Amino acid sequence: MQPGLYHILFISAALFFIGVYGFFTRRNLITMLMSIELILNSVNLNFIAFNKYLWPEKMDGLFFTVFIIAIAAAEAAVAIAIIINLYRSHHSIDVEQAEELKN
Amino acid sequence: MTDFITLMKHELLITVIIFLLLFVKIGKGMKNENLLTLIQVLLLLNAIAGFFFNESGSLFADMFYTSPLVAFQKNVLNIGVYLISLLFGDWLKKTPHLPEFFILLLSALLGMFLLISSGNLLIFYLALELATIPVAAMANFDLAKKRSSEGAMKMILSSAFSSGILLFGISLIYGATGTISFGELVNQINGSPLQVLAFVFFFSAFAFKLSIVPFHFWTADVYEGSPIATTSFLSVISKGAVAFIFITALYRVFGGLYEIWYWMLAVLAVLTMLTGNLFALRQQNIKRFLAFSSIAQVGFILVAISGNYTAGTSSVVYFVLIYIFSNLAAFGVAAVIAEKTGKENIDDYKGLYKTNPFLSWVLALGLFSLAGIPPTAGFFGKLFLLTAGAEKGNFWLIIIAGLNMVISLYYYLKVVRAIFMDKNENPIEPIQVSASVKLGMIICALGIVFTGLAGKLFDYIQSLIA
Repeated sequence: MQPGLYHILFISAALFFIGVYGFFTRRNLITMLMSIELILNSVNLNFIAFNKYLWPEKMDGLFFTVFIIAIAAAEAAVAIAIIINLYRSHHSIDVEQAEELKN
Repeated sequence: MTDFITLMKHELLITVIIFLLLFVKIGKGMKNENLLTLIQVLLLLNAIAGFFFNESGSLFADMFYTSPLVAFQKNVLNIGVYLISLLFGDWLKKTPHLPEFFILLLSALLGMFLLISSGNLLIFYLALELATIPVAAMANFDLAKKRSSEGAMKMILSSAFSSGILLFGISLIYGATGTISFGELVNQINGSPLQVLAFVFFFSAFAFKLSIVPFHFWTADVYEGSPIATTSFLSVISKGAVAFIFITALYRVFGGLYEIWYWMLAVLAVLTMLTGNLFALRQQNIKRFLAFSSIAQVGFILVAISGNYTAGTSSVVYFVLIYIFSNLAAFGVAAVIAEKTGKENIDDYKGLYKTNPFLSWVLALGLFSLAGIPPTAGFFGKLFLLTAGAEKGNFWLIIIAGLNMVISLYYYLKVVRAIFMDKNENPIEPIQVSASVKLGMIICALGIVFTGLAGKLFDYIQSLIA
């Protein structure tokens, strides 16, 4: 059976919500970052699928995906630098430990 | 080629300054004081140059467009950045990585310029990332402080999450319409369920960046943890830039969904104003206090946006200009006091007038203007915002906004009372304010007093919207 647009959209929507769920429930910073990567990859799948099935004559979706991958790398680099610095001062990468700022 | 240079003038100037700073960093030949003076002069020239030769036009197959209005918005942001370089001189001189700080700050500013000018969702997304990632690094600039890295962590995680949501929205928009160019999108928006869902995702990403209420949780922590220079950049320049593109995106791209987002805006405006105000009431730390007050101000901006395009744009641009002066005045005084004494609590400000009359007057002017008390510019800013909101004829929204102004009056005046009237056994000792910081504060004070009285300015902004 040839996979259709709906199959791919189903997978990408599932990935998106797994990412959102992980972001809200996980307390480890690296895992939270991984959840965000999941969200971004679900978006990539979306773009590719729409491009292939609905608008094959225009390449907008493909280009967008390439840019998302590049930006995600930059974002992860900065986030990991910040997390390393946080680890130096807190000796932990658990968000529950980072609680100096409270109202 | 000449087109390219005149239309992208603002961006090119910023890029040149960034490159200059990179070379300075490599050369290692300058003291912090001299370098800061150089940066201030460059930013002043940059701000002045922004006012000349502004034309309309678009480049790169409509991915980038500019007009006198867009140029004016960029000039407003330029002025704000120049003031930041003046006001936070004391802290900037001490930091061991001065060139890096300005490289990051100007990169974020470049991102905001591209954001305001974007005519395509791809450029929009890239510019938005360029405008947020460097700010997260700036938030971590007090490397040794726990709070700073904690604030930066919250900032980068929440902004990455919000951009993930934004991208999901964009991908659905692309699926529903087959285009990512603003010009083509306008004709494709017809209110189908998929488009509405995509729009909700898109909208909530904006809500994150503007800290509209259900998405405001990161704001106070990031503001308190970051160095004050970063906090002020985040609360003034970044908010302003996102508010500008927000109006354009709503009216110029999603104008077809007006009926839907009008109610979203109205409800969120009420929630934002109320939450911002009620939380600001109980804050003790001055940075946290200003964070919640800035959330409340965004609520007023939303009221104006809900009116119509012309009135909304002109009043928001005008308000952001005033907001830059008034908020930077308040942040500038807080920064000087925190730098010299380490005190950030409102209780410590009691009796400030006895020892530091100049600082007290500047802070009081800034707070009066934020509260919107008549002779200051803040009053006219708020007046035009609410008038713009009333265009739709929805008066209950305006009444709630008016009531919120009364609540905000209470907490702003509480700080003013602490400064001028409360007695204190050991007030903050007299502080020697350096010349450049003083210059920045005087510019802010003059801006607060005269922007409101110069009615020509508002007419000028209105004339830019063709």
